[in-house]
Order: sequence, then structure tokens, then C-alpha cells
Amino acid sequence: MTYSGDRILLGSQRESQVSKFRPWVLFVVPAIAILFNFYIPLFFHFLGFLDLPLLVTVYFALMRRSPIAGTFIGAFIGLAQDSLAKNPLGQYGIVKTLVGYFAASVGLRFDVDHPFIRLLLGFFFFFFHEFFSWVLARALLGQQVDFDLMSTLVLGILNAVVALFLFHFLDRLRETI
Amino acid sequence: MDSLLNRYRNVTVLVLVIMAQLVLLAYQVKSGNDVRLIRVWAVTAVTPLARTLEGIRSGVTNFIGNYITLHDTRQQNREIREQLGKLKMENQFLRSELSTADRARALSVFQSRTQSRTLAARVIGTGAGAGSKVVFVDRGSVSGVEKGMAVVTPDGIVGKVIAAFPVTSEVVLVTDSSFAAGVISQKSHAHGILRGQGSGTCRVEGVQNEEKVEVGEWFYTSGDDRVFPKGMPAGQVKVVRPGSPFEEIFVEPSGLQNGLEEVLIVLEGVHQMVPDAPNASAAAVHLQSPPPADPSIPQAPSTTAAAPAGTDADRLRNRYKAIGESQNHKFGEGLPGSKPPDFNAPITAKPKPPVAVPPTPPADPQ
Repeated sequence: MTYSGDRILLGSQRESQVSKFRPWVLFVVPAIAILFNFYIPLFFHFLGFLDLPLLVTVYFALMRRSPIAGTFIGAFIGLAQDSLAKNPLGQYGIVKTLVGYFAASVGLRFDVDHPFIRLLLGFFFFFFHEFFSWVLARALLGQQVDFDLMSTLVLGILNAVVALFLFHFLDRLRETI
Repeated sequence: MDSLLNRYRNVTVLVLVIMAQLVLLAYQVKSGNDVRLIRVWAVTAVTPLARTLEGIRSGVTNFIGNYITLHDTRQQNREIREQLGKLKMENQFLRSELSTADRARALSVFQSRTQSRTLAARVIGTGAGAGSKVVFVDRGSVSGVEKGMAVVTPDGIVGKVIAAFPVTSEVVLVTDSSFAAGVISQKSHAHGILRGQGSGTCRVEGVQNEEKVEVGEWFYTSGDDRVFPKGMPAGQVKVVRPGSPFEEIFVEPSGLQNGLEEVLIVLEGVHQMVPDAPNASAAAVHLQSPPPADPSIPQAPSTTAAAPAGTDADRLRNRYKAIGESQNHKFGEGLPGSKPPDFNAPITAKPKPPVAVPPTPPADPQ
């Protein structure tokens, strides 16, 4: 993989290459991410902060550069996550749908191979995800949950750092056309 | 129209997908029902993978554990005569193994002693999502588990079953913000509601400011919620402060303190008494001070000026001894049926016999 130097914004639509993935990658990687969240924190509590399904959603949406694909990827991963949590089905689904859509839209305009952009997007979408989940829980579901700003910011930074390495690893699975 | 839809195709799809999920969400909130089919599919798809992972992990852990044990044993045989330090390392390893065995034994002992009918289960996964307070256990409706059943360990309550799938159950932990259970304090028997806060501590609500609850006091389940049988330890009070309108009480849940690997699902709960005495592990032994002397009862003269007060039995023995001496009665002598000393008569001090002066030895003639 080669990063495109210091450029952050794409000059034209032609520069935005759509990354293709083998079909099994699109199923296996989210499944592993969900399984990771389901199983690993049981033994390594400190890894509970990682939201791998979110990072995988962001990555595929960014790389596919298609808002419709991003929407569906986010919806499927979010609903799968909902069905393994105690949330009503749709809580994570709606938030991740929006994340997928916006990540794909961002992918059309920015050079998402740039490490700094990836770091920034990882942080932004984690914060967006947590904040919107909180809004949804309070406004739609009437749950009395608190939003811990400092904790969310710190976790956002940690997830962004993990996203940088994860995206680098996932780049090996893509086929650029 | 087609060109309009084509132009706003992305946004249209987004709105449709979100609307569909909003309808799904609204249906669940409005009807209070869950879309069980989708959950069953997801859980059924994921739990076999989790079971496989757990099996691999257990196998690898056991294999490595056994290998290390054998390796240490061989090494110990070689070096036992030379290095005592190696034995200490071995001892350390065995202690950790023992604690694991003790935990399993404690669970088994608790299960056999408790009157409630319980089912042992193993935790195989946590709920998806950062900071999730939900776990999955490897027992489900096939084993008789039902939604709403209590989940406990010998240390205390853990949570309750919120969904029972065929071979798996979903358990919401006591620390989850949606968790609530009826509790009662150990000393003042103040009733309250234990609620999770999404963090490591829980909060007890509904306790009046007038109720006296102390730091270190234990809360037990009250049985009011019809989920947890009465008398199960819930947690120990860490912080108490007056609040409005109720006291603010923060409790450290005891059921989650020693990790969460094996749990018991209460199939049929039987209420128990809330113990009056403090918990054995945290109990301090206090000896009460002796009761004040009754002025109407004459005290027996002390045999020695510096004799310690002793127990009540000691004092009673001294008193009887003094009564016997004042009435020239010797206990243990006399035939059966002979007159006993009058224990109601006042004790009169007996004059001490004069000390005999030994005769001075004759002077040496030399």
C-alpha cells in the first residue's frame, strides 16, 4: 500500500479509487469484529473499550466510497450488534447506518489512505457514534443514561489509534481496481 | 420523478433504511415485545463460535498448564537438592491452581447448601458493545432456564436472565444501569432498591434519611422483587451521605468481585433469613464489658488484691468460696444429705489466724 504523500483532499472524483473486497472478507471481518466484542472482553477487560464493529464499519464505508453500500454495511453490523446486546433492535443499527453513510461520503472527498485522516476519522466517528447512541437512548428510548465527555474523548483517541493499525492490516485484504 | 429519485438516491436509501429501523424500534418500545427471531438467529450464529473459541482456549490453557506442570516437576526433580527457590516458584504456581479449584469447590458447596434449586453455568461471552454489562452463559431454555431468573455466586448476586435461548442465556449484570433489585440492610433492615450505574458500583435508592445505614454494612436481597430469594448478599456499603429526598448509598456489589467464570442460575428460589451477625469474612470479634456489680449483693472478698476481675463464673466461684469460708463449710466434704451452707446469708469476713512465730534457735555455745 502506498500513501498519497501530504495531500489530504482529493483533486477530482477520478482520484477516488473504489476499493473492492472479496465477498468473504465483507462477511468474515465484521463477524470476527462482533465475535471479538462478544468474547474477548470476558478475559481481557481492558479491551472492552474497543468498538471493533464500529471501526470495521468505518473502514469498509470509507474504502467502498459508496454511501448506499456504507448505509447497508452499517445497518447490518449495527443490527447484528444489537441482537447480541440488551438494546432494542435498531439502536446501534440506526447509529451505525448513519456512520456508514457519512463515512462513505467522507471517503468521496478525502484521501482516506492518509494516516492522519484515518486517525482523525477514527476519533470523529467514535465520538459521533457514542454521542448519537446517547441521544437516541435518551430521546427515543427514554433511558436515563449519562454521557461522560472526558471518558468518551479518551476512548475516542484510543480507538482512533487502534483504527490506524487495523485499517493498515485490512488494506492487505482489499483489491484496488 | 425518476431523475429526482436517481439524483437523491443515496439520501433516499439512507432515509428508507433508518425509517425501517425506527419502525422496528418503535414496535419494540410500544408493544414491549422483543423481535425474538432475529436475536435467536444472531445468538445461534455466534454462540457456537464462542463455544468453539472457549473450547480451544480451555484446551490450550490446560495443555500449557499441564506442560508447565510436568516441566516444572522434571526440573524440580533435577534441582530440588540444589535450589530451594525453585520450590517456591512451584509453590506459587500451585497456589494459583488451588485458588481456581477452591472457587469451583466453593460454588459446589454453596450449591449443595443453599435451599434454592440452582443450575451451574459457565460464562461464555459478553454482550457486544463498548463497556457492555451483559454476559452470555452456556445454559438455556433446554436446561430449564427462563427469563427473569436470578443469577448468583456464593459471593452474592450477579444479575438476572433477560433472555433464554435454547442452549444459551443472556444475563444483565448487577452493574448495568437498567438493573434493579429489592434489598434490605443488615443492621437497620432498611428496605431499598439496588440499581446499577453502568460503572463498578451500584446505588441503593429509596432509603429514608432517618434510616441509619453505616459504611461497611451489608445489603442483602429482600425478596420484594420476586426475582432474587431473600437473604442473598448484594454488596457492601462504601459511601453513605444524606440526600434529597432519600439517602445516597453506594454499594460495591459482592458477586462480581472475584471474577465471573462460573455462576449459578436460581431455578427455584427459597427465601432465607438475613443474617444478623456481620459477614464472617469481615466480622470483628467484640467482647462485651462485664455487667456492673449489683450493690444489693455483697461482693465476695477478693482472695488477692491484684487478682483480675475474671469472668462471671470466676466471680460466682469466689463468692461461693467466701460463703463457705465464712460458715466454716468445706465444699466436697460431708455426707450426701448434710446441710449445705446458707447462700443467702451475708458474708462475714473471717478473722485471719495469728501467724505463729517460730522459736528462735538456741545460741551456739561456741
